[in-house]
Parts: sequence; structure tokens; C-alpha cells
Amino acid sequence: MKILVPVKRVIDYNVKVRVKPDNSGVELANVKMAMNPFDEIAVEQALRIKEASHAEEVIAISIGPQESQDTIRTALAMGADRGILVKTEHDIEPLAVAKILKSIVEKENPELVILGKQAIDDDCNQTGQMLSAFLNWPQTTFVSNLELKDKNLLSVREVDGGLEHMECSLPAIVTVDLRLNEPRYASLPNIMKAKRKPLEEISPSDLGVDTSKRLEVLKVEDPPSREAGMILGSVDELVDKLKNEAKVI
Amino acid sequence: MSILIIAEHDNQNLSAATLNTVTAASEIGKEINVLVVGHNCSNVSKQCSQIPNVKSILEANSEEYKNFVAENVSKLIIDLSKDYSHILAPSSTTGKNIMPRVAALLDVMQISDIIKVVDDETFQRPIYAGNALSTVKSNDKIKIITVRSTAFEASENTGGSAEIKSINGSGDTDLSKFLKSELSSSERPELTSAKIVISGGRGMQDGSNFGMLEKVADKLGAAVGASRAAVDAGFVPNDYQVGQTGKVVAPNLYIAVGISGAIQHLAGMKDSKVIVAINKDEDAPIFQVADYGVVTDLFDAVPELDSKIN
Ligand SMILES: Cc1cc2nc3c(=O)[nH]c(=O)nc-3n(C[C@H](O)[C@H](O)[C@H](O)COP(=O)(O)OP(=O)(O)OC[C@H]3O[C@@H](n4cnc5c(N)ncnc54)[C@H](O)[C@@H]3O)c2cc1C
Ligand SMILES: Nc1ncnc2c1ncn2[C@@H]1O[C@H](COP(=O)(O)O)[C@@H](O)[C@H]1O
Repeated sequence: MKILVPVKRVIDYNVKVRVKPDNSGVELANVKMAMNPFDEIAVEQALRIKEASHAEEVIAISIGPQESQDTIRTALAMGADRGILVKTEHDIEPLAVAKILKSIVEKENPELVILGKQAIDDDCNQTGQMLSAFLNWPQTTFVSNLELKDKNLLSVREVDGGLEHMECSLPAIVTVDLRLNEPRYASLPNIMKAKRKPLEEISPSDLGVDTSKRLEVLKVEDPPSREAGMILGSVDELVDKLKNEAKVI
Repeated sequence: MSILIIAEHDNQNLSAATLNTVTAASEIGKEINVLVVGHNCSNVSKQCSQIPNVKSILEANSEEYKNFVAENVSKLIIDLSKDYSHILAPSSTTGKNIMPRVAALLDVMQISDIIKVVDDETFQRPIYAGNALSTVKSNDKIKIITVRSTAFEASENTGGSAEIKSINGSGDTDLSKFLKSELSSSERPELTSAKIVISGGRGMQDGSNFGMLEKVADKLGAAVGASRAAVDAGFVPNDYQVGQTGKVVAPNLYIAVGISGAIQHLAGMKDSKVIVAINKDEDAPIFQVADYGVVTDLFDAVPELDSKIN
């Protein structure tokens, strides 16, 4: 079977983002970009399934500007077999991403799509669930353990109250959580090899998908900042402050 | 057109997050109906009917909803959606699992995790782990929204008298099968609604050392949380994780012990009223958001704190 892994190019998680002075968005120029951390985990999981001989091909897809091909190359260097870049001028919303992914699924016929549970830029946590709804495939979200038995997927989900065990059959949609695995680093030889792996480039209109925005961003601003506090000399002082100044205990 | 709220519950008790969602809905300002979807969940409907401001309760009590499987619950919501201009759910793992499916099938873009209602089509939500706040206007015909519960006060839960209507289920989609859950049980208050939270990080060194935090928590009536590093290391279960990708908390008092204060952690706690940090590294970023910091070894400070509060 084939596995599809959508990988998003986002600001590196270590970078402190800055809001643009005109409040139209956050500063992206000259900022370090990287693959969404959850998507690295998704790629890793797809590769492990392939290495266990449950899949023949892992395809990485990114939707975004030309530079998103770097993100695909990262996935290829980790071990994915080929890439598809769906090139867009402006950034697009999960609803349109899910529509694009649906039409690629219909072309490629994978049996499994593994996504990140959330992109750390928009923090939407929607795309996988939307794709599952469009395809009418089962969804298992926030997965921290995944086992493939024949055509059955056994998974453990991280939920607010603890863990949930789920089962579904393929084809299916999975979104991954942080503790599913530790993604591998790409070795130098593999980075070189990745440059020769096939990377197809298409546009949303090739797929007949309308990517116009549904949410109009009126303003992006800084969150309220906290006033600097004080460093106390002792636990006694802390207890006193909490009781008599902050009055919280 | 009115608002439909998807109640969050465990078939017995309504979760506090639903009350925060009711407040968000009241700010949108239309008639509010609450959907209680579950199995043997009539207690929950009764609790919902007491919430002032709620017009009616729709109760879909059926076997296929027992474990809130997203494919089943979203189908029911779609079937009900034509009567509503807004559908809201708490931004919990249940809401996050279900609502995007509803949005997709209605061909609308979900507005995730709102923290402010500007007007009935304009909302504010955090992006980039809360390092920026985005105000968005939805032009979709129906608004599908998840609500960050810590950003809205809880509504009252007594005094109301909404009527309870029983509705039919939409059947089992047979897509996903729920096998079992392993839920953490604790006598302590629930993390996201606790008034005081004490969290431990990698500095705790070991799961058993969380016992020190639990002792303090029990004296203060607090919940215990953790950083991702502490969860990854296996000190505590996953549901303790506070942060961008874990739980968001905003208690009156948050005590961070042996936590460095990475942006992903701050994303989950920096709206707490009072923040205390105990860390032996005076340069730890957590001190930049702490109201009170103590630079010391936690293995001295926590037992001392325990002995000095009563
Ligand atoms: C995609 C993504 C999502 C993430 N989501 C989250 C999230 O939701 N929540 C989250 O918390 N993290 C999250 N993280 C991880 C985050 O980046 C940090 O790695 C993590 O928060 C660090 O945890 P920590 O502060 O416990 O550990 P560390 O950064 O290792 O800090 C340990 C601290 O303990 C102090 N210490 C050690 N010993 C003692 C002692 N004896 N006495 C006093 N102090 C001591 C040290 O000085 C240090 O400051 C995420 C990361 C990524 C990439
Ligand atoms: N532009 C994109 N290109 C590729 N994958 C994406 C894109 N947007 C979202 N995804 C996938 O969907 C997941 C969830 O994203 P979101 O719903 O935006 O939080 C991500 O972790 C990716 O796997």
C-alpha cells in the first residue's frame, strides 16, 4: 500500500515570532523555517510502517509557496520515496488543504494518510478530521501508539482524561501526537540522495480546488504582556506574598 | 436562527468547560440550545436544563454515542445544523475531534479555540502558541467554533429551567470502533478548572518525586500538572501536560517547579493570575513571566513550602 504524509512548512518551533508593525500577520521574512514538528513524527511513523513491510511507498505532500519544496526534501531525506508540491501564492486554510488532499488521495489511492495533529503556526487542529469527513474514512486523532494488523489499525489516542484505544479498518486517516515516536535525523548521504528523488509540482487549479479564504484576518496583534515580577529570597517570603499580597492561598 | 452548544460530559456529569462555552455563546447573543449526545445521559440533560439563558436541551440518547466516536457524533450534528447560525463546542480533545468534521461537511472553515467574541461573526483566537492573537471574521453561512474555556467565565449552573426534548440518533457509521479507555482517576480537582495548579518539569527527576507536589496540592486543593519533558520522561501520564499542545490552564495561582518555561509550555499557563516559579537557574525563561520567583533547589524548596502552608 501507499502512505500519504502531508508536511507543512512553518516557522521553526524555537523561533520567537514577531507580529508585523502593520498588524497584518507575523514576520516571515528572514525567519528560520522548518517542517511542522508533528509532521516529522508523521513521516517517521510512515517510514516505520514501510520498513516493517506493510507499505511500499511513502509520499510527502506540501501545500504552500515554492520554498515548501525544502520541507518535502526534508521528508525525502528522512526516507520518503517521492514528493508532491501543491504550489499556492497565499497561505491557505485547513478546509482548502483538506480539499486538495482529498483530490490527491483520489488520484493516488493510498490506504493511509498520516498527518500532524496540529500545525504550530495556525494551531488549528482541523485538517485530518476534515479530510476524513470528505473521504468518509475512519479517523483516529492524537495518536500516541499505532499498530497495523492485516488491514486493521489499532491505536491509542491521547485525550484530556487519559488514553483511548480505538480500532478501525483501512483506508484510514491518522493524526499523530508528540509521544508516538522520535523522528530520525536525515544523514548526509540521504540528504544528497533526496535531491534526486521525484518531486512533482502542481497547482490547486489543476485539482479543481477553490482555495479562497473563508476567514478574513482583520488584525494580528501581540498578546497582553505580563509585568515583570520579583525574585524572592526565601520560601518564607513566598508564603507571605501568596497569603498577604496576592491573597491566593 | 439560534446557537447550538455541544455539551461535554461523561454520560453522568456535565464538564465545567460547557459552562464557559455558554458564556461565549451568550456574548454572541442569540437563543441558546444545548445538545446532549451520549448514552444513558439524562442526568447531564437535567444539569444542562438548570443553566440560565439556555432555551432548550436536545437529548440524543443512544448506544452509538456512548463513547463520543467522532464519526457518529458529527453525523448527528450535521443533521441538526440547518436550524442554527452558530455551533459551539469546548476546545477539548472531544470538541477538537468532532467539530472539524462538522465544518468540512458543511463546507465552512472552523474557527478554532476562540478567546474573545467581537461580534456574531468576528472572533479572536491565539496563533503561534499564543505569541500572537488573530482577529478573524467569518463569511461562512454557519459558524463552527471551538471555545477556549479558560478565556470565558463559567456561567451559572442553577436557576434555569430549559425544556428537555428527546431526539433520535442518526445511527452508527461503523467507521471507528472504541475499544477501551484508560482514564486517570484523581480526587484532586480537574486541571483545566482548578483554582490552583502546581506543575513539575524535567527538574523533578523522577515520577516518585511528584509525590512532593501532590502533598502541596492536597493542602491547597490544587491540581497537579506537568511539562512535556516530564510527561515524555514517563514521570506522569499524558493528561498532565500543560502547554500549546496539551491543556490550557488559567488558575488563580500556578506554581511551576523545575520547569524552564519554553514558549510551548508558557502557551498553556501564561494567562494564570499569579505565577510562581521555583527553579535553580536564575536565567530560566519562566522567571520572565513569574510574579514571584525563588531561585533555589526544588528539593529544598518544595518540602519547605509544604511545611509552611497549612
Ligand atoms: C511541537 C512541540 C510542542 C510542544 N508542546 C509542549 C507542551 O504542550 N507543553 C510543554 O510543556 N512543552 C511542550 N513542548 C516542549 C518544550 O519545547 C520544552 O522542551 C519543554 O517544555 C521543557 O520542559 P521542562 O521545562 O520540564 O524541561 P527543561 O527545559 O529541561 O527544564 C528543566 C528545568 O528544571 C530546572 N531544574 C533542574 N533541576 C532542578 C532542581 N533540583 N531544582 C530547581 N530547578 C531545577 C532547570 O534549571 C531547568 O530550567 C513542545 C515542543 C514541541 C516541539
Ligand atoms: N499547507 C499544508 N501542507 C501540508 N500539510 C498540511 C498543510 N496544512 C496542514 N497540513 C497537515 O495538517 C496537519 C494539521 O494542520 P492544522 O489543521 O492546520 O493544524 C499538519 O500537521 C499537516 O500534517
